[in-house]
Amino acid sequence: MSLLSILLQVAVDLAPYAKLGAGIGAGIAAVGAGIGIGNIGRGALESIARQPEAVGDIRSNMIVAAALIEGAAFFAIVVCLLILFI
Amino acid sequence: MHRLTIILLSFLMAVSASAFAAPAAGSSGQEGESGLNPGRIIIDHIIDSHEWHIASIGHTHISVPLPVILLDDGQLHVFMSSKFHHGHDAYNGYRLMPEGEYKGKIVKVLDDGVTIDSSDPLPLDFSITKNVFAILFSSILIGIIFISIARSYKRREGKEPKGLMSWMEPLILFIRDDIALPSIGHHNYMKYMPYLLTVFFFIFFNNLLGLIPLFPGGANVTGNIAVTMVMAVFTFAITTYKANKNYWVHIFNTPGVPWWLKYPVPLMPIVELMGVFTKPFVLMVRLFANITAGHIIILSFVTIIFIFGNINVGLGYGVSIFSVVFILFMTMLELLVAFIQAYVFTLLSALYFGMATEEHH
Repeated sequence: MSLLSILLQVAVDLAPYAKLGAGIGAGIAAVGAGIGIGNIGRGALESIARQPEAVGDIRSNMIVAAALIEGAAFFAIVVCLLILFI
Repeated sequence: MHRLTIILLSFLMAVSASAFAAPAAGSSGQEGESGLNPGRIIIDHIIDSHEWHIASIGHTHISVPLPVILLDDGQLHVFMSSKFHHGHDAYNGYRLMPEGEYKGKIVKVLDDGVTIDSSDPLPLDFSITKNVFAILFSSILIGIIFISIARSYKRREGKEPKGLMSWMEPLILFIRDDIALPSIGHHNYMKYMPYLLTVFFFIFFNNLLGLIPLFPGGANVTGNIAVTMVMAVFTFAITTYKANKNYWVHIFNTPGVPWWLKYPVPLMPIVELMGVFTKPFVLMVRLFANITAGHIIILSFVTIIFIFGNINVGLGYGVSIFSVVFILFMTMLELLVAFIQAYVFTLLSALYFGMATEEHH
């Protein structure tokens, strides 16, 4: 722990670390969106395979759910953009 | 554990070394040797502005000046923004600030034309800015299209649709049959159709116009959080005004929830009340972030060409081939996103209206 505090003393200006945090945050948001939408895709494809005549309904519901998940991911993106530019 | 500290140590040393090398300039990035500032270029194309910039050839800027309308202490000032000469000159005691705390805003300056009048720096700004002009343009376009369609429907009563009618009819029927009718119910869905149609076509047309890089298109209207906030506020207002007793009972006295979540400390009502406010808020942020992110990605691909071009002209031409392919791909994706975001906003508004007017089953 004392090693860590010595290292933090070297880093006088912490602004680059804030940008590092923003980058990592945006990356994690992308991973979260990818996992979520991937799950939706899996569920949609399995449902279509089970009942091919319901393709239309399943497709619209899949797109709605994907848009909602993207909304949540975009919250994180907006926060990271605020860190970088404000 | 020892290896972990060595890795962490070398990583942190590298980061702090670069922190010393390039002084942290705060916001949008450093300027290259040739004065190219990609962060600034991208941000300037996303935000609102008092003139419509079309091209810059060398040092001459070609832009369409827009009217500036200021209300200051009860006095109205109206003039064209070309009097500001792109932020170089003050006019009539006002100045467009290119940098600093009031960047992009019109501030009141003292008689020497430079120092800001700090007692009352910002007049009330009702100017026709780029976004306002784009909203007026798209509203007039929507008005022309739909009023002419309405007239055609009256003239061709009972006959098949022709021309512009047949173009818009699938979308209008889609909103009625797949968005309004299932969400609100056949009893009173017609009352909400005008609002849903307006919101859908406003968002859709503005999204599409924002993708066209030529003059009256290319303004980032739906990526302006004030515009999306107003639409979300309208949805919230209609939901709250039209809500019936069932809706409020579901919020403050949710059926099926144990009593100890409601009585001494009203946890459930507080959570539900937060939900009432977060739903329109998310509506606002979803549209804003989707459209702005799409525009930023396309602009980044364009700026990459200039960044590489500054290093080496040949490299610039080479990168431009790949970049243009990516830009085309992203624009196709943005067309899809334009429709999907309009659809999701309208669908969620219809769902909220349906939940607000639902009868007891």
